[in-house]
Amino acid sequence: MTNLHTELKESIIEQLNLEDMDPADISNDEPLFGDGLGLDSIDALELIVLLEKDYGIKLTDPSQGKEIFVSIDRMATYIEENRTK
Amino acid sequence: MKKLYLLDDAIISPLGFSTEENIQSIREGDSGLKLQQRPEITENPFFTGIIDETLLNQAFSEIGSSEKFTKLEKLIILAVKLILDKNKNLDPTKTALIIATTKGNIDLLKEPGGFPENRLKLSELGKVVANFFGFTQTPIIVSNACISGGLGLAVARRLGNSEKIKNAIVVGADLVSDFVISGFNSFQALSTKACKPFSKDRDGISLGEASAAILVSTEKPEISNVISLIGDASANDANHISGPSRTGEGLYKSIQNALKEASIFAEEIGFLSAHGTATVYNDEMESMAFHRSGLQETPLHSLKAYYGHTLGASALIESIITKHSMLNNELFASKNFGELGVSKPLNVIRENQKKEINYALKTASGFGGCNLALVFKAEKK
Amino acid sequence: MVAATWLWFLKRKRNKMPNQFHIQDWVRVKNGEIFNSEGLVFESSEDKLNPFLKAAYDCFKLEYPKFHKMDGLSKLGILASEIIFRKNKPTEDTALVISNNASSLEIDRQFQESTETFASPSLFVYTLPNIVLGEISIKYKVQSENGFFISERFNAQLLKNYTESLLLSKKAPEVLCGWLDLQNGEYDVFLCLVSKERNIPFSEENLRKLYCAENDKPTH
Repeated sequence: MTNLHTELKESIIEQLNLEDMDPADISNDEPLFGDGLGLDSIDALELIVLLEKDYGIKLTDPSQGKEIFVSIDRMATYIEENRTK
Repeated sequence: MKKLYLLDDAIISPLGFSTEENIQSIREGDSGLKLQQRPEITENPFFTGIIDETLLNQAFSEIGSSEKFTKLEKLIILAVKLILDKNKNLDPTKTALIIATTKGNIDLLKEPGGFPENRLKLSELGKVVANFFGFTQTPIIVSNACISGGLGLAVARRLGNSEKIKNAIVVGADLVSDFVISGFNSFQALSTKACKPFSKDRDGISLGEASAAILVSTEKPEISNVISLIGDASANDANHISGPSRTGEGLYKSIQNALKEASIFAEEIGFLSAHGTATVYNDEMESMAFHRSGLQETPLHSLKAYYGHTLGASALIESIITKHSMLNNELFASKNFGELGVSKPLNVIRENQKKEINYALKTASGFGGCNLALVFKAEKK
Repeated sequence: MVAATWLWFLKRKRNKMPNQFHIQDWVRVKNGEIFNSEGLVFESSEDKLNPFLKAAYDCFKLEYPKFHKMDGLSKLGILASEIIFRKNKPTEDTALVISNNASSLEIDRQFQESTETFASPSLFVYTLPNIVLGEISIKYKVQSENGFFISERFNAQLLKNYTESLLLSKKAPEVLCGWLDLQNGEYDVFLCLVSKERNIPFSEENLRKLYCAENDKPTH
């Protein structure tokens, strides 16, 4: 697991107020939405803000989010490929 | 339950400073929506319906000094004034004032403009309006997201039914503030075009600002043609606080309850004034609820492409336009409607048309999962 | 004879009307304490909003992770309704009629602040006072009449009149009504469940009494 994975988990827990959760509780390939972490549409919008704020990535089409926020692994790969900061 | 009679009304919007001017603009297919660029909020262009401040101050200068009131207060006061002017013998000490708004003077949060901090409070807004006209009863302030304006009418009827009030002025108003622009932008809900309710290529809302006021009474007026509210219901989706129920659960339930109270069948509804915000999910949800209610053949429109979404004012403006449609046997086209883009069939009005309407339905839905349905009846001689 | 019958009818009507509805249960949340009809049910040395809410959440074993995502107003609303609904399971049509002074100003300020950098959608979603009605509806699966009113101060007359109008017109079999205010970290909550079930008569006076009981207590 890279530093980016841990960093992502920490900011997701903080930004999305996932109280009583540890980075260790989130596995890298677990789905973030639906049955996995149980995130919803507002969380998805908040993750879009997180990408822009922390990594300088701007998603203009909300449906892009669906493909990126599949799992921590997928998010980390996308960030590595597209980050501007 | 008693009927609530809809008497004189007023709409202050980019389409005009009276109901007559607003209706004429709609009849001619005009829209108050204009392109805006606000790079500090979003790099995308978007459309808003904003009331020109110079025109507003000009109109207001005849009744008060512009600098003493906020933009929203001026909008509300102008609308109420139009009604009082037509009803000189209405006693403000015996008339209830019901104010519907979602965000009130929220623009003062960023730019106080010399107003005291408590002016942000909705109760203060109520006081300012009441004091201006000498209303002595404490104003009733309804803040229930985007159903507020219509819920204001329901509140008047309900309190009227239990004889707590007889006459009331219901007023609804909201502004296009940076606050709401930023918020809807963060939801990625602002359309880059003028909004296109129920269309296939709709991609979000356009915001608008307006105020509307209406005098209502539980006592039947001595006029030959009159519209009354005969059924009202609200219901929560209990599904999500920002997204509508996929099946239109709460809207369906509110329609059923309102029809039941009015003791009429869905087939008797001659016209449906929908919420139609032009977000993908809202319009789809409405089509589900209308279909489930057997309203797929009923002529319907959304007024959002004329006004933008005026939040707490919208359902009241739309009720007032519905009232005049019923009185004049005139249905207005759903502006910016292209190809139907919802999964259930709907009869969206493409051209203005003449039609006699005995019963009409107004619906609205809002954040927090709230939904509202109002049934109006025309009595003509 | 006619007059006597008429008088009897009026009396009967008058006697019947004020006692038609009752306050079945109530809850008061203020200054780090929670009271209901049975007395003090929770108290925390933490009277600051968030630690207090967290302590109450743990104490009542809410086990509702969504709670942590809510704004202060919604958390207070969920906590207060939980205390009432635990004992009195709501029906699908139990109406919600809540009022306050500050609307959603507490979270409005936070959202406004966020717009200076990145406007936060999860703050914006709470910038309407009626969102708490949605949260309560979701948690307790209530698909009912909603009404959120703003008043300068606790308005027993409005709450009583509007609640009664919903009950009399049979739009709701029972109503959760009251006051739910939060400003500058100070919270003031009073909710009650009104129905036909006999208990405290539902009147403006009784509403005021229950709301004020806590305010009248000597503070420390």
